[in-house]
Amino acid sequence: MTARSAKAPSNPVLRRILTNSGVSIGGGVLILFVLMAMLAPLLAPHDPFAQDLTRRLLPPFWHDRSVSEHLLGTDHLGRDYLSRLIFGAQVSLGVGLGVIMVAGAIGVTLGLLAGYFGGRVDMFISFIIATRLSLPIVLVALAAVAVGGASLRTLIIVMGLLLWDQFAVVTRAATQSLRSQEFIVGLRAIGASTPRILFLEILPNMRSTILVVVTLEVANVILLEAALSFLGLGVRPPTPSWGLMIAEGRDNILFDPWLIALPGSLLCLLVLAVNLFGDGMRDITGPKRK
Amino acid sequence: MTLFILKRLLIAFFVCLAVSAISFALMFLSGDPAIAIAGSGGRAEDAAAIRVAYGFDRPILVQYADWVWSALHGDFGQSIYFNIPVSEIIGNRIGVTLTLGFVAFAVALIVAVPLGIAAAMRPNGLIDRLALILAVTGQAIPSFWLGLMAIVVFGAWYGWVPISGTEEWQGYILPVIVLSYYALPAMMRITRSGMIDVLASDYVRAAYAKGLPAHRVIWGHALRNAVLPLVSLAAVQLGLLLSGSIVIESVFALNGMGRLAWESLLRSDLPVVQAIILLLSLLYVALTTLADIVNAMLDPRLRGGSI
Repeated sequence: MTARSAKAPSNPVLRRILTNSGVSIGGGVLILFVLMAMLAPLLAPHDPFAQDLTRRLLPPFWHDRSVSEHLLGTDHLGRDYLSRLIFGAQVSLGVGLGVIMVAGAIGVTLGLLAGYFGGRVDMFISFIIATRLSLPIVLVALAAVAVGGASLRTLIIVMGLLLWDQFAVVTRAATQSLRSQEFIVGLRAIGASTPRILFLEILPNMRSTILVVVTLEVANVILLEAALSFLGLGVRPPTPSWGLMIAEGRDNILFDPWLIALPGSLLCLLVLAVNLFGDGMRDITGPKRK
Repeated sequence: MTLFILKRLLIAFFVCLAVSAISFALMFLSGDPAIAIAGSGGRAEDAAAIRVAYGFDRPILVQYADWVWSALHGDFGQSIYFNIPVSEIIGNRIGVTLTLGFVAFAVALIVAVPLGIAAAMRPNGLIDRLALILAVTGQAIPSFWLGLMAIVVFGAWYGWVPISGTEEWQGYILPVIVLSYYALPAMMRITRSGMIDVLASDYVRAAYAKGLPAHRVIWGHALRNAVLPLVSLAAVQLGLLLSGSIVIESVFALNGMGRLAWESLLRSDLPVVQAIILLLSLLYVALTTLADIVNAMLDPRLRGGSI
Protein backbone atom coordinates (compact mmCIF):
# COMPACT_ATOMS: atom_id res chain seq x y z
CA MET A 1 0.00 0.00 0.00
CA THR A 2 2.75 2.47 0.94
CA ALA A 3 4.66 1.71 -2.22
CA ARG A 4 1.54 2.38 -4.25
CA SER A 5 0.63 5.68 -2.70
CA ALA A 6 4.20 6.96 -2.59
CA LYS A 7 4.21 7.77 -6.27
CA ALA A 8 1.02 8.74 -8.07
CA PRO A 9 0.93 6.78 -11.33
CA SER A 10 1.06 8.91 -14.43
CA ASN A 11 -1.03 6.43 -16.45
CA PRO A 12 -4.62 7.80 -16.30
CA VAL A 13 -6.22 4.33 -16.45
CA LEU A 14 -4.01 3.07 -13.64
CA ARG A 15 -4.83 6.14 -11.57
CA ARG A 16 -8.53 5.55 -12.05
CA ILE A 17 -8.07 1.92 -11.04
CA LEU A 18 -6.31 2.91 -7.83
CA THR A 19 -8.80 5.63 -6.95
CA ASN A 20 -11.86 3.45 -7.57
CA SER A 21 -12.52 1.93 -4.17
CA GLY A 22 -14.43 -1.06 -5.56
CA VAL A 23 -11.60 -2.07 -7.83
CA SER A 24 -8.84 -1.57 -5.27
CA ILE A 25 -10.64 -3.21 -2.33
CA GLY A 26 -12.14 -5.99 -4.42
CA GLY A 27 -8.89 -6.51 -6.29
CA GLY A 28 -6.89 -6.53 -3.04
CA VAL A 29 -9.09 -9.19 -1.45
CA LEU A 30 -9.05 -11.16 -4.70
CA ILE A 31 -5.23 -11.13 -4.70
CA LEU A 32 -5.27 -12.46 -1.14
CA PHE A 33 -7.50 -15.35 -2.25
CA VAL A 34 -5.26 -16.08 -5.24
CA LEU A 35 -2.20 -16.11 -2.97
CA MET A 36 -4.05 -18.39 -0.55
CA ALA A 37 -4.79 -20.81 -3.38
CA MET A 38 -1.27 -20.74 -4.83
CA LEU A 39 0.53 -21.00 -1.51
CA ALA A 40 -1.94 -23.48 0.01
CA PRO A 41 0.66 -26.24 0.56
CA LEU A 42 2.86 -23.76 2.46
CA LEU A 43 0.09 -22.03 4.40
CA ALA A 44 -1.92 -25.05 5.52
CA PRO A 45 -0.78 -26.27 8.94
CA HIS A 46 -1.97 -29.85 8.27
CA ASP A 47 -2.64 -32.26 5.45
CA PRO A 48 -6.22 -31.40 4.35
CA PHE A 49 -6.94 -35.09 3.69
CA ALA A 50 -5.45 -36.58 6.88
CA GLN A 51 -8.22 -38.05 9.04
CA ASP A 52 -8.03 -38.51 12.78
CA LEU A 53 -11.19 -40.10 14.12
CA THR A 54 -10.11 -39.55 17.72
CA ARG A 55 -10.29 -35.78 17.13
CA ARG A 56 -13.60 -35.38 15.37
CA LEU A 57 -15.61 -32.13 15.39
CA LEU A 58 -13.22 -30.06 17.47
CA PRO A 59 -14.50 -26.46 17.75
CA PRO A 60 -12.59 -23.35 16.55
CA PHE A 61 -10.28 -21.28 18.77
CA TRP A 62 -12.95 -19.01 20.32
CA HIS A 63 -14.54 -22.05 21.94
CA ASP A 64 -13.63 -23.51 25.36
CA ARG A 65 -13.11 -27.05 24.10
CA SER A 66 -10.78 -25.94 21.31
CA VAL A 67 -7.34 -27.41 20.72
CA SER A 68 -4.54 -25.02 19.83
CA GLU A 69 -3.21 -27.44 17.23
CA HIS A 70 -6.40 -27.08 15.17
CA LEU A 71 -7.04 -23.35 15.02
CA LEU A 72 -10.42 -23.61 13.28
CA GLY A 73 -11.28 -27.05 14.64
CA THR A 74 -11.85 -30.28 12.73
CA ASP A 75 -14.65 -31.76 10.64
CA HIS A 76 -16.67 -34.96 11.07
CA LEU A 77 -13.66 -37.07 10.01
CA GLY A 78 -11.17 -35.22 12.18
CA ARG A 79 -9.56 -33.35 9.29
CA ASP A 80 -8.06 -29.93 10.07
CA TYR A 81 -10.67 -27.36 9.03
CA LEU A 82 -8.29 -24.47 8.47
CA SER A 83 -6.21 -26.53 6.05
CA ARG A 84 -9.31 -27.65 4.17
CA LEU A 85 -10.57 -24.07 3.94
CA ILE A 86 -7.22 -22.92 2.53
CA PHE A 87 -7.15 -25.71 -0.07
CA GLY A 88 -10.78 -24.94 -0.90
CA ALA A 89 -9.65 -21.70 -2.50
CA GLN A 90 -7.79 -23.79 -5.10
CA VAL A 91 -11.00 -25.56 -6.10
CA SER A 92 -13.12 -22.40 -6.32
CA LEU A 93 -10.57 -20.38 -8.28
CA GLY A 94 -9.36 -23.32 -10.35
CA VAL A 95 -12.86 -24.30 -11.44
CA GLY A 96 -13.68 -20.63 -12.00
CA LEU A 97 -10.68 -20.16 -14.28
CA GLY A 98 -11.19 -23.41 -16.17
CA VAL A 99 -14.88 -22.80 -16.81
CA ILE A 100 -14.24 -19.23 -17.94
CA MET A 101 -11.74 -20.42 -20.52
CA VAL A 102 -14.22 -22.91 -21.99
CA ALA A 103 -17.19 -20.54 -21.74
CA GLY A 104 -15.21 -17.55 -22.99
CA ALA A 105 -13.94 -19.41 -26.06
CA ILE A 106 -17.45 -20.53 -27.01
CA GLY A 107 -19.22 -17.29 -26.19
CA VAL A 108 -16.70 -14.91 -27.73
CA THR A 109 -16.52 -16.91 -30.98
CA LEU A 110 -20.31 -17.05 -31.30
CA GLY A 111 -20.62 -13.37 -30.44
CA LEU A 112 -17.96 -12.34 -32.99
CA LEU A 113 -19.62 -14.36 -35.76
CA ALA A 114 -23.12 -13.11 -34.95
CA GLY A 115 -22.06 -9.49 -34.65
CA TYR A 116 -19.80 -9.45 -37.71
CA PHE A 117 -21.90 -11.33 -40.23
CA GLY A 118 -25.36 -10.29 -39.06
CA GLY A 119 -28.31 -11.56 -41.09
CA ARG A 120 -28.94 -15.28 -41.03
CA VAL A 121 -25.80 -16.09 -39.01
CA ASP A 122 -26.93 -13.61 -36.38
CA MET A 123 -30.44 -15.05 -36.36
CA PHE A 124 -29.15 -18.58 -35.93
CA ILE A 125 -26.73 -17.67 -33.13
CA SER A 126 -29.39 -15.59 -31.38
CA PHE A 127 -31.57 -18.68 -31.54
CA ILE A 128 -28.81 -20.76 -29.89
CA ILE A 129 -28.47 -18.11 -27.18
CA ALA A 130 -32.25 -18.09 -26.61
CA THR A 131 -32.25 -21.88 -26.33
CA ARG A 132 -29.39 -21.87 -23.85
CA LEU A 133 -31.08 -19.16 -21.74
CA SER A 134 -34.30 -21.13 -21.49
CA LEU A 135 -32.58 -24.19 -20.00
CA PRO A 136 -32.63 -24.34 -16.19
CA ILE A 137 -28.85 -24.40 -15.67
CA VAL A 138 -28.64 -25.87 -12.17
CA LEU A 139 -30.81 -28.80 -13.17
CA VAL A 140 -29.18 -29.35 -16.57
CA ALA A 141 -25.72 -29.12 -15.03
CA LEU A 142 -26.69 -31.63 -12.32
CA ALA A 143 -28.14 -33.98 -14.93
CA ALA A 144 -25.14 -33.64 -17.24
CA VAL A 145 -22.69 -34.32 -14.41
CA ALA A 146 -24.77 -37.28 -13.27
CA VAL A 147 -24.80 -38.65 -16.81
CA GLY A 148 -21.24 -37.75 -17.77
CA GLY A 149 -19.61 -39.06 -14.63
CA ALA A 150 -18.46 -36.80 -11.85
CA SER A 151 -14.86 -35.78 -12.41
CA LEU A 152 -13.41 -32.30 -12.10
CA ARG A 153 -12.88 -32.26 -15.88
CA THR A 154 -16.50 -33.17 -16.64
CA LEU A 155 -17.67 -30.54 -14.19
CA ILE A 156 -15.59 -27.83 -15.85
CA ILE A 157 -16.68 -28.80 -19.37
CA VAL A 158 -20.37 -29.02 -18.42
CA MET A 159 -20.33 -25.64 -16.71
CA GLY A 160 -18.34 -24.14 -19.58
CA LEU A 161 -20.91 -25.41 -22.07
CA LEU A 162 -23.67 -23.77 -20.04
CA LEU A 163 -22.27 -20.41 -18.93
CA TRP A 164 -21.13 -18.80 -22.21
CA ASP A 165 -24.29 -16.75 -22.81
CA GLN A 166 -23.07 -13.46 -21.32
CA PHE A 167 -19.86 -13.62 -23.38
CA ALA A 168 -21.88 -14.15 -26.55
CA VAL A 169 -24.37 -11.37 -25.82
CA VAL A 170 -21.73 -8.79 -24.91
CA THR A 171 -19.30 -9.72 -27.70
CA ARG A 172 -22.11 -9.66 -30.25
CA ALA A 173 -23.12 -6.12 -29.29
CA ALA A 174 -19.53 -4.88 -29.19
CA THR A 175 -18.76 -6.42 -32.58
CA GLN A 176 -21.84 -4.84 -34.12
CA SER A 177 -20.65 -1.40 -33.12
CA LEU A 178 -17.06 -2.04 -34.30
CA ARG A 179 -18.02 -3.65 -37.60
CA SER A 180 -18.84 -0.45 -39.44
CA GLN A 181 -15.91 1.56 -38.11
CA GLU A 182 -13.47 2.91 -40.65
CA PHE A 183 -10.45 0.81 -39.74
CA ILE A 184 -12.44 -2.40 -40.17
CA VAL A 185 -13.97 -1.21 -43.46
CA GLY A 186 -10.46 -0.28 -44.59
CA LEU A 187 -9.08 -3.69 -43.66
CA ARG A 188 -11.84 -5.35 -45.64
CA ALA A 189 -11.01 -3.11 -48.59
CA ILE A 190 -7.34 -4.16 -48.62
CA GLY A 191 -8.46 -7.79 -48.58
CA ALA A 192 -7.67 -8.88 -45.02
CA SER A 193 -9.04 -12.33 -44.27
CA THR A 194 -12.15 -12.64 -42.08
CA PRO A 195 -10.44 -14.63 -39.26
CA ARG A 196 -7.73 -11.96 -39.18
CA ILE A 197 -10.26 -9.15 -38.90
CA LEU A 198 -12.25 -11.00 -36.25
CA PHE A 199 -9.49 -12.29 -33.99
CA LEU A 200 -6.60 -9.87 -34.57
CA GLU A 201 -8.44 -6.58 -35.10
CA ILE A 202 -11.92 -6.67 -33.54
CA LEU A 203 -11.16 -8.93 -30.58
CA PRO A 204 -8.22 -6.90 -29.18
CA ASN A 205 -10.43 -3.81 -29.34
CA MET A 206 -12.86 -5.17 -26.80
CA ARG A 207 -10.37 -6.59 -24.31
CA SER A 208 -11.65 -4.46 -21.47
CA THR A 209 -15.31 -5.30 -22.17
CA ILE A 210 -14.51 -9.00 -22.15
CA LEU A 211 -12.41 -8.64 -19.00
CA VAL A 212 -15.46 -7.24 -17.21
CA VAL A 213 -17.59 -10.20 -18.35
CA VAL A 214 -14.81 -12.55 -17.22
CA THR A 215 -14.79 -11.22 -13.68
CA LEU A 216 -18.56 -11.07 -13.31
CA GLU A 217 -18.92 -14.57 -14.75
CA VAL A 218 -16.20 -15.98 -12.47
CA ALA A 219 -18.47 -15.00 -9.59
CA ASN A 220 -21.35 -16.93 -11.18
CA VAL A 221 -19.16 -19.97 -11.78
CA ILE A 222 -17.95 -20.01 -8.17
CA LEU A 223 -21.52 -19.85 -6.88
CA LEU A 224 -22.72 -22.55 -9.28
CA GLU A 225 -19.82 -24.86 -8.41
CA ALA A 226 -20.61 -24.42 -4.74
CA ALA A 227 -24.30 -25.17 -5.33
CA LEU A 228 -23.57 -28.26 -7.42
CA SER A 229 -21.06 -29.54 -4.87
CA PHE A 230 -23.55 -28.82 -2.10
CA LEU A 231 -26.13 -30.96 -3.91
CA GLY A 232 -23.59 -33.77 -4.12
CA LEU A 233 -23.08 -33.70 -7.89
CA GLY A 234 -20.16 -31.31 -8.20
CA VAL A 235 -16.70 -31.73 -6.74
CA ARG A 236 -16.32 -35.19 -5.19
CA PRO A 237 -15.15 -35.99 -1.69
CA PRO A 238 -12.54 -35.91 -0.27
CA THR A 239 -11.58 -32.84 -2.36
CA PRO A 240 -11.97 -29.77 -0.14
CA SER A 241 -14.57 -27.62 -1.94
CA TRP A 242 -16.36 -25.01 0.15
CA GLY A 243 -19.75 -26.03 -1.23
CA LEU A 244 -19.05 -29.66 -0.41
CA MET A 245 -17.82 -28.72 3.07
CA ILE A 246 -21.13 -26.95 3.70
CA ALA A 247 -22.97 -30.10 2.62
CA GLU A 248 -20.80 -32.26 4.89
CA GLY A 249 -21.32 -29.92 7.82
CA ARG A 250 -25.07 -30.02 7.37
CA ASP A 251 -25.61 -33.08 9.55
CA ASN A 252 -24.03 -31.28 12.49
CA ILE A 253 -25.61 -27.94 11.69
CA LEU A 254 -27.36 -27.43 15.03
CA PHE A 255 -24.47 -28.25 17.33
CA ASP A 256 -21.48 -27.24 15.23
CA PRO A 257 -22.77 -24.38 13.06
CA TRP A 258 -19.25 -23.10 12.34
CA LEU A 259 -18.80 -26.07 10.00
CA ILE A 260 -21.11 -24.33 7.55
CA ALA A 261 -20.55 -20.74 8.70
CA LEU A 262 -16.81 -20.73 7.89
CA PRO A 263 -16.76 -22.05 4.31
CA GLY A 264 -19.91 -20.04 3.51
CA SER A 265 -18.32 -16.82 4.74
CA LEU A 266 -15.24 -17.40 2.59
CA LEU A 267 -17.50 -18.07 -0.38
CA CYS A 268 -19.38 -14.80 0.20
CA LEU A 269 -16.17 -12.85 0.68
CA LEU A 270 -14.62 -14.21 -2.51
CA VAL A 271 -17.74 -13.61 -4.63
CA LEU A 272 -18.16 -10.15 -3.12
CA ALA A 273 -14.55 -9.28 -3.96
CA VAL A 274 -14.90 -10.55 -7.53
CA ASN A 275 -18.16 -8.63 -8.01
CA LEU A 276 -16.76 -5.39 -6.56
CA PHE A 277 -13.74 -5.70 -8.82
CA GLY A 278 -15.88 -6.45 -11.89
CA ASP A 279 -18.40 -3.66 -11.23
CA GLY A 280 -15.58 -1.19 -10.64
CA MET A 281 -13.82 -2.24 -13.84
CA ARG A 282 -17.06 -1.76 -15.75
CA ASP A 283 -17.37 1.77 -14.39
CA ILE A 284 -13.77 2.56 -15.33
CA THR A 285 -13.68 1.03 -18.78
CA GLY A 286 -17.29 1.56 -19.84
CA PRO A 287 -17.94 4.40 -22.28
CA LYS A 288 -20.51 5.89 -19.90
CA ARG A 289 -21.88 4.99 -16.50
CA LYS A 290 -25.22 3.34 -16.50
CA MET B 1 -48.31 -5.79 -34.13
CA THR B 2 -49.79 -9.11 -35.31
CA LEU B 3 -46.69 -9.67 -37.42
CA PHE B 4 -44.48 -9.00 -34.41
CA ILE B 5 -46.41 -11.45 -32.26
CA LEU B 6 -46.32 -14.10 -34.98
CA LYS B 7 -42.56 -13.65 -35.35
CA ARG B 8 -42.00 -13.99 -31.61
CA LEU B 9 -44.19 -17.08 -31.48
CA LEU B 10 -42.28 -18.64 -34.36
CA ILE B 11 -38.95 -18.12 -32.57
CA ALA B 12 -40.46 -19.45 -29.35
CA PHE B 13 -41.66 -22.53 -31.23
CA PHE B 14 -38.16 -23.31 -32.53
CA VAL B 15 -36.61 -22.73 -29.11
CA CYS B 16 -39.14 -25.14 -27.60
CA LEU B 17 -38.25 -27.70 -30.23
CA ALA B 18 -34.52 -27.35 -29.48
CA VAL B 19 -35.11 -27.55 -25.74
CA SER B 20 -37.23 -30.66 -26.09
CA ALA B 21 -34.51 -32.28 -28.20
CA ILE B 22 -31.93 -31.50 -25.51
CA SER B 23 -34.01 -32.95 -22.69
CA PHE B 24 -34.79 -35.99 -24.85
CA ALA B 25 -31.10 -36.49 -25.64
CA LEU B 26 -30.36 -36.71 -21.93
CA MET B 27 -31.94 -40.16 -21.75
CA PHE B 28 -29.64 -41.49 -24.46
CA LEU B 29 -26.42 -39.88 -23.31
CA SER B 30 -26.73 -41.82 -20.10
CA GLY B 31 -26.31 -45.18 -21.83
CA ASP B 32 -28.84 -47.84 -22.63
CA PRO B 33 -32.10 -46.98 -20.83
CA ALA B 34 -33.29 -50.59 -21.11
CA ILE B 35 -30.39 -51.77 -18.94
CA ALA B 36 -31.15 -49.04 -16.43
CA ILE B 37 -34.77 -50.18 -16.20
CA ALA B 38 -33.81 -53.86 -15.95
CA GLY B 39 -31.79 -52.94 -12.89
CA SER B 40 -28.59 -54.46 -11.56
CA GLY B 41 -30.06 -57.96 -11.42
CA GLY B 42 -31.40 -57.83 -14.97
CA ARG B 43 -30.34 -60.38 -17.58
CA ALA B 44 -29.63 -59.62 -21.24
CA GLU B 45 -32.98 -61.18 -22.22
CA ASP B 46 -34.79 -58.86 -19.81
CA ALA B 47 -33.10 -55.83 -21.32
CA ALA B 48 -34.01 -57.03 -24.81
CA ALA B 49 -37.63 -57.54 -23.78
CA ILE B 50 -37.75 -54.10 -22.18
CA ARG B 51 -36.24 -52.59 -25.31
CA VAL B 52 -39.15 -53.91 -27.35
CA ALA B 53 -41.78 -53.17 -24.70
CA TYR B 54 -40.71 -49.54 -24.29
CA GLY B 55 -40.03 -49.08 -27.98
CA PHE B 56 -36.31 -48.39 -27.57
CA ASP B 57 -35.62 -50.54 -30.62
CA ARG B 58 -37.25 -48.00 -32.95
CA PRO B 59 -35.27 -45.32 -34.84
CA ILE B 60 -34.31 -42.47 -32.52
CA LEU B 61 -36.22 -39.81 -34.47
CA VAL B 62 -39.41 -41.88 -34.25
CA GLN B 63 -38.89 -42.22 -30.51
CA TYR B 64 -38.31 -38.47 -30.20
CA ALA B 65 -41.43 -37.63 -32.19
CA ASP B 66 -43.41 -40.10 -30.09
CA TRP B 67 -42.08 -38.59 -26.87
CA VAL B 68 -42.90 -35.03 -27.96
CA TRP B 69 -46.36 -36.09 -29.14
CA SER B 70 -47.12 -37.77 -25.80
CA ALA B 71 -45.63 -34.87 -23.85
CA LEU B 72 -47.97 -32.51 -25.70
CA HIS B 73 -50.82 -34.61 -24.35
CA GLY B 74 -49.43 -34.47 -20.83
CA ASP B 75 -47.94 -37.96 -20.93
CA PHE B 76 -44.26 -37.99 -19.95
CA GLY B 77 -43.95 -41.76 -19.68
CA GLN B 78 -43.50 -43.94 -16.62
CA SER B 79 -41.18 -43.24 -13.72
CA ILE B 80 -38.54 -45.98 -13.55
CA TYR B 81 -38.38 -45.75 -9.77
CA PHE B 82 -42.06 -45.45 -8.79
CA ASN B 83 -43.47 -47.20 -11.84
CA ILE B 84 -46.36 -44.74 -12.08
CA PRO B 85 -46.90 -42.00 -14.68
CA VAL B 86 -44.38 -39.14 -14.42
CA SER B 87 -47.16 -36.59 -14.86
CA GLU B 88 -48.86 -37.90 -11.72
CA ILE B 89 -45.69 -37.54 -9.61
CA ILE B 90 -45.00 -34.06 -10.93
CA GLY B 91 -48.64 -33.07 -10.45
CA ASN B 92 -48.32 -33.87 -6.75
CA ARG B 93 -45.18 -31.81 -6.36
CA ILE B 94 -45.56 -28.82 -8.68
CA GLY B 95 -47.86 -26.91 -6.31
CA VAL B 96 -45.13 -26.33 -3.72
CA THR B 97 -42.68 -25.07 -6.35
CA LEU B 98 -45.21 -22.74 -7.97
CA THR B 99 -46.34 -21.37 -4.60
CA LEU B 100 -42.77 -20.79 -3.49
CA GLY B 101 -41.71 -19.26 -6.81
CA PHE B 102 -44.66 -16.92 -7.26
CA VAL B 103 -44.77 -15.73 -3.64
CA ALA B 104 -41.01 -15.10 -3.63
CA PHE B 105 -41.36 -13.28 -6.94
CA ALA B 106 -44.17 -11.10 -5.60
CA VAL B 107 -42.20 -10.28 -2.45
CA ALA B 108 -39.09 -9.41 -4.46
CA LEU B 109 -41.11 -7.19 -6.79
CA ILE B 110 -42.92 -5.42 -3.95
CA VAL B 111 -39.62 -4.62 -2.26
CA ALA B 112 -37.47 -4.00 -5.32
CA VAL B 113 -39.59 -1.50 -7.26
CA PRO B 114 -40.24 1.06 -4.48
CA LEU B 115 -36.66 0.65 -3.30
CA GLY B 116 -35.32 1.20 -6.80
CA ILE B 117 -37.49 4.30 -7.23
CA ALA B 118 -36.46 5.70 -3.85
CA ALA B 119 -32.80 5.06 -4.67
CA ALA B 120 -33.18 6.79 -8.05
CA MET B 121 -34.76 9.89 -6.47
CA ARG B 122 -31.52 10.68 -4.67
CA PRO B 123 -28.55 8.89 -6.23
CA ASN B 124 -25.80 8.41 -3.64
CA GLY B 125 -28.25 9.32 -0.89
CA LEU B 126 -28.79 7.21 2.21
CA ILE B 127 -31.48 4.96 0.70
CA ASP B 128 -29.43 4.49 -2.46
CA ARG B 129 -26.44 3.36 -0.43
CA LEU B 130 -28.49 0.97 1.71
CA ALA B 131 -30.10 -0.43 -1.43
CA LEU B 132 -26.67 -0.87 -2.99
CA ILE B 133 -25.43 -2.80 0.04
CA LEU B 134 -28.54 -4.98 -0.10
CA ALA B 135 -27.97 -5.64 -3.79
CA VAL B 136 -24.25 -6.32 -3.54
CA THR B 137 -24.65 -8.75 -0.64
CA GLY B 138 -27.67 -10.38 -2.28
CA GLN B 139 -25.57 -11.20 -5.31
CA ALA B 140 -22.67 -12.57 -3.28
CA ILE B 141 -24.41 -14.80 -0.73
CA PRO B 142 -25.11 -18.31 -2.00
CA SER B 143 -28.82 -18.91 -1.42
CA PHE B 144 -28.36 -22.43 -0.06
CA TRP B 145 -25.94 -21.14 2.54
CA LEU B 146 -28.20 -18.24 3.51
CA GLY B 147 -31.00 -20.77 3.91
CA LEU B 148 -28.94 -23.00 6.18
CA MET B 149 -27.80 -20.06 8.32
CA ALA B 150 -31.39 -18.85 8.56
CA ILE B 151 -32.44 -22.31 9.75
CA VAL B 152 -29.72 -22.24 12.42
CA VAL B 153 -30.51 -18.73 13.64
CA PHE B 154 -34.30 -18.39 13.29
CA GLY B 155 -35.29 -22.04 13.42
CA ALA B 156 -32.96 -23.54 15.99
CA TRP B 157 -31.70 -20.69 18.17
CA TYR B 158 -34.81 -18.52 18.32
CA GLY B 159 -37.40 -21.12 17.29
CA TRP B 160 -39.52 -18.53 15.48
CA VAL B 161 -40.28 -20.67 12.46
CA PRO B 162 -40.42 -24.40 11.73
CA ILE B 163 -37.10 -25.51 10.26
CA SER B 164 -38.50 -27.70 7.50
CA GLY B 165 -41.65 -28.89 5.81
CA THR B 166 -44.72 -27.06 4.60
CA GLU B 167 -47.46 -28.57 6.73
CA GLU B 168 -48.00 -25.09 8.18
CA TRP B 169 -47.76 -21.91 6.15
CA GLN B 170 -44.97 -20.69 8.44
CA GLY B 171 -42.75 -23.26 6.74
CA TYR B 172 -42.76 -21.03 3.68
CA ILE B 173 -41.46 -17.92 5.48
CA LEU B 174 -37.73 -18.60 5.38
CA PRO B 175 -37.64 -20.16 1.89
CA VAL B 176 -39.61 -17.21 0.50
CA ILE B 177 -37.31 -14.66 2.13
CA VAL B 178 -34.16 -16.42 0.96
CA LEU B 179 -35.44 -16.92 -2.58
CA SER B 180 -36.75 -13.36 -2.95
CA TYR B 181 -33.48 -11.94 -1.63
CA TYR B 182 -31.80 -13.80 -4.49
CA ALA B 183 -34.08 -12.18 -7.09
CA LEU B 184 -34.10 -8.73 -5.53
CA PRO B 185 -30.76 -7.17 -6.61
CA ALA B 186 -31.26 -7.37 -10.37
CA MET B 187 -34.82 -6.04 -10.24
CA MET B 188 -33.87 -3.25 -7.87
CA ARG B 189 -30.90 -2.19 -9.99
CA ILE B 190 -32.84 -2.14 -13.25
CA THR B 191 -35.67 -0.11 -11.68
CA ARG B 192 -33.11 2.33 -10.32
CA SER B 193 -31.16 2.81 -13.53
CA GLY B 194 -34.35 3.00 -15.60
CA MET B 195 -35.78 5.61 -13.25
CA ILE B 196 -32.59 7.68 -13.26
CA ASP B 197 -32.64 7.81 -17.07
CA VAL B 198 -36.32 8.67 -17.22
CA LEU B 199 -36.21 11.30 -14.46
CA ALA B 200 -33.56 13.20 -16.43
CA SER B 201 -35.68 13.27 -19.58
CA ASP B 202 -37.48 16.32 -20.95
CA TYR B 203 -41.00 15.02 -20.61
CA VAL B 204 -40.60 14.44 -16.88
CA ARG B 205 -39.27 17.96 -16.45
CA ALA B 206 -42.21 19.19 -18.48
CA ALA B 207 -44.59 17.30 -16.20
CA TYR B 208 -43.00 18.93 -13.17
CA ALA B 209 -43.05 22.31 -14.89
CA LYS B 210 -46.77 22.18 -15.53
CA GLY B 211 -47.22 21.77 -11.78
CA LEU B 212 -48.04 18.08 -11.34
CA PRO B 213 -47.35 16.75 -7.84
CA ALA B 214 -44.28 14.54 -7.53
CA HIS B 215 -46.18 11.32 -6.86
CA ARG B 216 -48.21 11.73 -10.06
CA VAL B 217 -45.10 12.43 -12.11
CA ILE B 218 -43.30 9.38 -10.72
CA TRP B 219 -46.09 6.79 -10.64
CA GLY B 220 -48.08 8.12 -13.57
CA HIS B 221 -45.48 9.30 -16.05
CA ALA B 222 -41.95 8.20 -15.23
CA LEU B 223 -42.58 4.63 -14.08
CA ARG B 224 -44.45 3.72 -17.25
CA ASN B 225 -41.28 4.12 -19.28
CA ALA B 226 -38.86 2.95 -16.61
CA VAL B 227 -40.81 -0.26 -16.26
CA LEU B 228 -40.06 -1.47 -19.80
CA PRO B 229 -36.72 -3.14 -19.05
CA LEU B 230 -38.21 -4.39 -15.78
CA VAL B 231 -40.91 -6.38 -17.60
CA SER B 232 -38.35 -8.42 -19.54
CA LEU B 233 -36.16 -8.85 -16.49
CA ALA B 234 -39.09 -9.86 -14.30
CA ALA B 235 -39.98 -12.66 -16.71
CA VAL B 236 -36.40 -13.89 -16.67
CA GLN B 237 -36.25 -13.68 -12.88
CA LEU B 238 -39.51 -15.58 -12.41
CA GLY B 239 -38.12 -18.34 -14.62
CA LEU B 240 -34.87 -18.36 -12.64
CA LEU B 241 -36.76 -18.47 -9.35
CA LEU B 242 -38.78 -21.49 -10.40
CA SER B 243 -35.73 -23.36 -11.65
CA GLY B 244 -33.53 -22.05 -8.84
CA SER B 245 -35.86 -23.41 -6.20
CA ILE B 246 -34.17 -26.82 -6.63
CA VAL B 247 -31.48 -25.69 -4.19
CA ILE B 248 -33.85 -24.00 -1.76
CA GLU B 249 -36.25 -26.94 -1.73
CA SER B 250 -33.49 -29.35 -0.81
CA VAL B 251 -32.21 -27.01 1.93
CA PHE B 252 -35.63 -26.61 3.55
CA ALA B 253 -36.80 -30.15 2.76
CA LEU B 254 -39.79 -28.88 0.77
CA ASN B 255 -41.51 -31.49 -1.34
CA GLY B 256 -41.50 -29.49 -4.55
CA MET B 257 -40.60 -30.21 -8.13
CA GLY B 258 -36.98 -29.10 -7.71
CA ARG B 259 -36.34 -31.54 -4.88
CA LEU B 260 -38.10 -34.21 -6.91
CA ALA B 261 -35.72 -33.55 -9.83
CA TRP B 262 -32.71 -33.81 -7.54
CA GLU B 263 -33.89 -37.02 -5.87
CA SER B 264 -34.78 -38.51 -9.26
CA LEU B 265 -31.28 -37.74 -10.51
CA LEU B 266 -29.71 -39.46 -7.53
CA ARG B 267 -31.78 -42.59 -8.23
CA SER B 268 -31.30 -42.36 -12.03
CA ASP B 269 -35.00 -41.87 -12.67
CA LEU B 270 -34.36 -39.98 -15.88
CA PRO B 271 -37.91 -39.76 -17.32
CA VAL B 272 -38.82 -37.57 -14.34
CA VAL B 273 -35.72 -35.38 -14.78
CA GLN B 274 -36.40 -35.04 -18.51
CA ALA B 275 -39.98 -33.97 -17.92
CA ILE B 276 -39.01 -31.38 -15.29
CA ILE B 277 -36.26 -29.88 -17.47
CA LEU B 278 -38.73 -29.65 -20.34
CA LEU B 279 -41.45 -28.10 -18.19
CA LEU B 280 -39.15 -25.48 -16.67
CA SER B 281 -37.72 -24.57 -20.08
CA LEU B 282 -41.14 -24.26 -21.69
CA LEU B 283 -42.27 -22.12 -18.79
CA TYR B 284 -39.28 -19.86 -19.29
CA VAL B 285 -39.92 -19.55 -23.03
CA ALA B 286 -43.58 -18.76 -22.39
CA LEU B 287 -42.71 -16.11 -19.79
CA THR B 288 -40.08 -14.34 -21.90
CA THR B 289 -42.25 -14.43 -25.02
CA LEU B 290 -45.14 -13.00 -23.05
CA ALA B 291 -42.87 -10.28 -21.66
CA ASP B 292 -41.75 -9.31 -25.18
CA ILE B 293 -45.34 -9.05 -26.33
CA VAL B 294 -46.33 -7.01 -23.27
CA ASN B 295 -43.37 -4.71 -23.89
CA ALA B 296 -44.39 -4.23 -27.50
CA MET B 297 -47.87 -3.30 -26.34
CA LEU B 298 -46.47 -0.79 -23.85
CA ASP B 299 -43.96 0.68 -26.27
CA PRO B 300 -44.78 0.84 -29.99
CA ARG B 301 -41.15 1.61 -30.80
CA LEU B 302 -40.18 -1.99 -30.02
CA ARG B 303 -42.50 -3.50 -32.61
CA GLY B 304 -40.40 -2.68 -35.64
CA GLY B 305 -37.08 -4.14 -34.50
CA SER B 306 -35.86 -7.58 -35.44
CA ILE B 307 -36.22 -10.33 -32.82
